[in-house]
Amino acid sequence: MVNHLVIENLKHRPVRTGLSILAIAFSVTLVLTIVGLSDGMLEDNRERARGAGADVIFRSPTASFGTGGGAAPLNEKLIPYLETQPHVTIAAGVLMHSLQFPNSLHGIDLDRSSRMAGGIRFLSGGPFRQETDIIVDEFYAREKKLRVGSKIPLLNKEWIVCGIVESGKLGRMFVQLPVLQDLTSNPGRITQIYLKVDRPENIPAVVAGLKKNQPDYGVNTMEEVLSAFSADKVPALTIFLKVIVGISVAIGFIFVFLSMYTAVLERTREIGILKALGASPAFIVNILLRESLLLAVLGAITGILFSFGTRYLFLVTIPASMQQKITPLWWPKALLIALLGALLGTLYPGLKAAKQDAIEALSYD
Amino acid sequence: MTDAMVEIRQLKKIYHQGDVEVQALRGVDLTVAKGEFVAIAGHSGSGKSTLFNILGGLTPPTAGTVHLNGQDLLALTEGERTELRKRTVGFIFQKYNLLPTLSAQENIDIAKYIAGNKSAPDANFQEVLQLLGLSDRLNHKPRAMSGGEQQRVAIARALVNHPALLLADEPTGNLDTENSNLVLDLLRDLNHRLHQTIIMITHNPEAAAFADRIVHMRDGRIVS
Repeated sequence: MVNHLVIENLKHRPVRTGLSILAIAFSVTLVLTIVGLSDGMLEDNRERARGAGADVIFRSPTASFGTGGGAAPLNEKLIPYLETQPHVTIAAGVLMHSLQFPNSLHGIDLDRSSRMAGGIRFLSGGPFRQETDIIVDEFYAREKKLRVGSKIPLLNKEWIVCGIVESGKLGRMFVQLPVLQDLTSNPGRITQIYLKVDRPENIPAVVAGLKKNQPDYGVNTMEEVLSAFSADKVPALTIFLKVIVGISVAIGFIFVFLSMYTAVLERTREIGILKALGASPAFIVNILLRESLLLAVLGAITGILFSFGTRYLFLVTIPASMQQKITPLWWPKALLIALLGALLGTLYPGLKAAKQDAIEALSYD
Repeated sequence: MTDAMVEIRQLKKIYHQGDVEVQALRGVDLTVAKGEFVAIAGHSGSGKSTLFNILGGLTPPTAGTVHLNGQDLLALTEGERTELRKRTVGFIFQKYNLLPTLSAQENIDIAKYIAGNKSAPDANFQEVLQLLGLSDRLNHKPRAMSGGEQQRVAIARALVNHPALLLADEPTGNLDTENSNLVLDLLRDLNHRLHQTIIMITHNPEAAAFADRIVHMRDGRIVS
């Protein structure tokens, strides 16, 4: 009977019910989208690093994992030296230049990088032919609506798209290494060197050997690099996520609070009727709590569905800049956030309703 | 004493509106026998609604004694007055006060549910429903019913838990003459057939005339 009353109450005011569900869904979507973006972008970086096909990365000892941020601390003469090390089959140097977040321009030796990655598949166009040529991946091309022959202004220079490649190989935009070195005033310098090892079981030996012979440099296996691409390895990101979740709870709380507060006001007379029939304060609070918890569950489900929508929007509009992952592990957390907001938001209006004077409530118009 | 449903002695009720003290009841004495149909008549401000609220357990008295079906209302806690409203008293209001989200049947059922009354509808209540003539309107929501129909549902809801006392506050105040007479006839019928004790608050002398006895109030006192 109580559940029936709760459902009928919600059906009786479809606009308020719909707005409450949307409000809760908004905060749930906010949480899931932010978490999905952080996971998605880290995973995208991880996949592109993996797609480079390297087994070992040789870096400056002060360099961080990731894009390299535009620094070029290594001499490219290290490339032939490293290629002569035991078990190393290919060494490919890369110069990375940061552009507008989160993109960067990669200066590469296309032949070496392609061999290391097991081949780079061109979806249209082909390799570099002239200095102004640029290769972009399919996501960047889709986001910027580029085709072979399109022009891109970057670094005070106009580039011509010569090829569009499948995504997931190192970066999104590639130019010839010497051209980028010249443009960024880094002649003969590179950011890091990728090494391909003949057999996986020889990777530890290669790393150990390089660490011994080149103690001033950073040498890591690709697995070590990939493991660094996770939210819990980035303290600032963890704090950021906590702040966003906190803001979402606050937004959800305010919306549910306002919704339930107005619900109590709207139903003053009904609450008076229930009290006249002998309903206890606990009965009144019980009804309001069930109402808000049902709203929270419906809002959380809607919010989860909306997160698929935001993912689709990112994929269609800015696939190269933002990648949102669907995070089912966060669904129960999002539900808990919605329930917590609903619970807190109902507490004050619920207690207010429970304490309401029946005579005053019955005379309320 | 055993035949009295309501026994009131020197009942006083004082309200505080800010710093102002309002004496709503100034020493009321009243006895209502079991099975009696009493109308309490009076103008606005006479204290009749306050008496209704006290008898219904909606507000506590300030002083005096009020025994309802043997229970001393002055000694009741808030929780005990809630219990009184569940089982001992049934209310009929001027504005019907049906829950708009529920059908007529559900409005009756929720009163049973709140009272913890899990019994199947008994013959007595079936007779009430027949008297009320609601059988084909039970699945309708209040907004789809006329005022007279809504008031009949309210009467059914008030009687579903077999209260010792039926309290009616201006039950015909929102009804036209035809529906007013219908409702008042019903109340009289219920009183005669089922010996239901009824106290009806009204300012309308024609409505009051349907009762066995009329008690007049003025300025917080019973005057006749």
